[in-house]
Amino acid sequence: MNDLRTPLAKVRGLGTAKDGTHHFWMQRVTSLALLPLVLWFGLSIASLPSASYDSVELWLDSPFNVVMLMSFLIAGFYHGALGMQVIIEDYISEEWIRIAGIIAVQLFSFFLAALGVYAALKIALGA
Amino acid sequence: MAWNDKRPMSPHLQIYDLPMTARLSILHRITGAILMGGLVLVVVSLAVAAGGETSWDSYRGLLFGWFGKLVLFGFTFVLFYHFCTGIRHLWWDLGRGLELSDNATSTKLVLGASVTLTVVTWLIALA
Repeated sequence: MNDLRTPLAKVRGLGTAKDGTHHFWMQRVTSLALLPLVLWFGLSIASLPSASYDSVELWLDSPFNVVMLMSFLIAGFYHGALGMQVIIEDYISEEWIRIAGIIAVQLFSFFLAALGVYAALKIALGA
Repeated sequence: MAWNDKRPMSPHLQIYDLPMTARLSILHRITGAILMGGLVLVVVSLAVAAGGETSWDSYRGLLFGWFGKLVLFGFTFVLFYHFCTGIRHLWWDLGRGLELSDNATSTKLVLGASVTLTVVTWLIALA
């Protein structure tokens, strides 16, 4: 043993990654956001009369509904990506598949959230 | 390591009678993964609606046919189940309700609430 420094001393100064609880925390924050959003979404979809095109358009005529829908999509995909990451980390032991899977889920979520937000805006603004 | 011991092993997952808490916890994870598919369905629906009235009308026939309704009903229950058990997880995160007796109560509460929310949503939808 030619190094008298303790492991703790070596770690000190390098600093931590400082995001040890970030995943856990954001999972909770997005779940809080989704509580009202899910209730609003369920009630909204259930009360679209016969889900005709006009009723969908009328629904997204309201700025409140458009913003709620975009928030629902963003919070939902964020929350879903975090959750899928945990599932992948738990059951896939091959490291490169695990990392590739997590990256794929994150890119997929981001893309679909963007697509959903765009579609909502397009209907809302009648472009 | 070869297993050549004739003594009984501790029960494996397949034959172990899981307590309700464990069953609900596993279901929470499974429903979470299913809901990722639900979000994809939401985005697909929005994208189709953004394509205009003709594309929406042909899609609406599929989505609100008997099979589509069955899928939507399934998603409604899965969503509210994950919603209710999710609230219980947040409650547990606060360090509350972790006693076994509290658990038995909240299990009934969570299952009852998810069924009730599903039924109420569909009563509104079919009204």
